Amino acid sequence: MNLDLGFLLQQFLTGLATASTLFLLAVGLSLIFGALGIVNFAHGSFYMLGAYLLYWAVRGNPEGLWWGLVEVAAIGLTLGALVERALLRPVYPRPEHHQILLTYALLLVIEDGVKLLFGAAYKSLGPPQALAHPVWIAGAPFPAYYLVQILLAALVAVLLWLFLKRTRMGLWIRAITQDRAMLEALGVPVPRLLTAVFALGIALAALGGGVTLPMQTVSPGAAVEAVINAFIVVVVGGLGSIWGSLLGAFLIGEIQAFGVMLWPEFSIAFVYLLMAGVLLIRPWGLLGRPPALRT
Amino acid sequence: MLRVEELVAGYGRIRVLHGLDLRLDQGEVVALLGRNGAGKSTLLKAIIGLVPVRSGRIRLEDRPIEHLPAYRRAALGLGYVPEERRIFPELTVRENLELAARPGGPWSIERVYALFPRLAEIEHRPGGYLSGGEQQMLTLARTLVTNPKILLLDEPTEGLAPILVRAIAATIERLKGEGMPILLAEQNLAFTGGLADRAYVLETGEVRLAGPMNALVQDPRVRELLAL
Ligand SMILES: Nc1ncnc2c1ncn2[C@@H]1O[C@H](COP(=O)(O)OP(=O)(O)OP(=O)(O)O)[C@@H](O)[C@H]1O
Ligand SMILES: [Mg+2]
Repeated sequence: MNLDLGFLLQQFLTGLATASTLFLLAVGLSLIFGALGIVNFAHGSFYMLGAYLLYWAVRGNPEGLWWGLVEVAAIGLTLGALVERALLRPVYPRPEHHQILLTYALLLVIEDGVKLLFGAAYKSLGPPQALAHPVWIAGAPFPAYYLVQILLAALVAVLLWLFLKRTRMGLWIRAITQDRAMLEALGVPVPRLLTAVFALGIALAALGGGVTLPMQTVSPGAAVEAVINAFIVVVVGGLGSIWGSLLGAFLIGEIQAFGVMLWPEFSIAFVYLLMAGVLLIRPWGLLGRPPALRT
Repeated sequence: MLRVEELVAGYGRIRVLHGLDLRLDQGEVVALLGRNGAGKSTLLKAIIGLVPVRSGRIRLEDRPIEHLPAYRRAALGLGYVPEERRIFPELTVRENLELAARPGGPWSIERVYALFPRLAEIEHRPGGYLSGGEQQMLTLARTLVTNPKILLLDEPTEGLAPILVRAIAATIERLKGEGMPILLAEQNLAFTGGLADRAYVLETGEVRLAGPMNALVQDPRVRELLAL
């Protein structure tokens, strides 16, 4: 095994790139659960849809990536708002399993919809020319595009933090996870707030799918894999916690990257071990709240 | 200002209020008396919109509001202060106020800090770490900064030490002096006796007695209904 510094750094950055995708994917799932109380089984489907939308938006031209990502995020916002208004709103008063059935149905519909529109074959798109070459870090090659992915996820994390911490709407979103009815009784337009949170979560998932496309192919099966990954992240980090998603994504990205180094055939086992350990010691996740403190 | 007509409301299939009538006029403090489970809190929740209205009317300045969601009723000027205080435990004192603050009236965060200086001292403390008295001040302050036209106060003295009860009484007195109409649910007859102009006495979701406070305080039937 080659343990020079450049190699370790390379693994670390690869882990960060994986973590970037996982963060964008999971943070919306977490936000949506915190505010709406709904476990969105279709979350990975919007991630996959984001990749397909980017593929469609750039029409085969990798140089269209940046503008394409803006389009993907905008479509994600719109789609999220529509789905919340038209499909989720009627099931809020219903029992939890109705909500789960609905988001599961959405997963199936999106999967078949994608097959109809794009076919079942893999789709791929290369990175833009300027990012197609490796950069050399401490003597080891590293895909330049990974760095962009990492920077973008870091930017989203910082903007999200500022939004939640510094804006009035962010304050309402933090409050709504604690006592929705009281927030409404104080005059806050809760229905609009729920639409906004769902739209934001979906836009982030779609953006995550889009950003990852230049490094990975996409197929209709990507949705289920993505939603499972998102669940692992929020189970480890804590459902409902933004920082939990960040920490969970980081840990899982790095464990995968270094696990491959230690035991290539079973690197995924380390991830499940981490999850099992967290479930045993802190069932509510590393940064989640114990159920007794939830209101 | 506020009129409740033949109000029927409850939780799910359980009916709690059975055709209730009530009136609150400009500048009045009206007490809502009744023992545990009489339906005081349910009535206030039905007025603000946290409990669904089955039938009957609620009018705010002649406008029917019973079909509106709670946030619209609050925006129209109803200010609800819950019995359980319901402070957002993970937000600081200041954030609890900021999320509710609505300009367009006399009450700003600075002004409620002047009213309750203790809140200014602990403004960066998370709501989950407040004492009962601090929570009561904060829940009242939080509703005041929405600049309501009417205050619905649910048992603000429950579980408070006598000195805090007097502080809350002084605050209500002051709000009354500024002309704020208040509907005050209470079991503490001594506390309400000095504050309220009129009172309704509830039992099992119905109004049993109503009238001017000074007459009701003497009435032996009131003591019986309150099980004193
Ligand atoms: N969430 C609920 N679900 C079902 N029934 C409820 C609920 N809340 C209250 N009740 C019932 O409604 C009735 C009236 O309760 P309410 O809380 O309005 O009484 P109250 O006059 O405010 O009493 P207290 O002085 O104890 O606060 C009671 O019989 C109570 O058991
Ligand atoms: Mg009560």
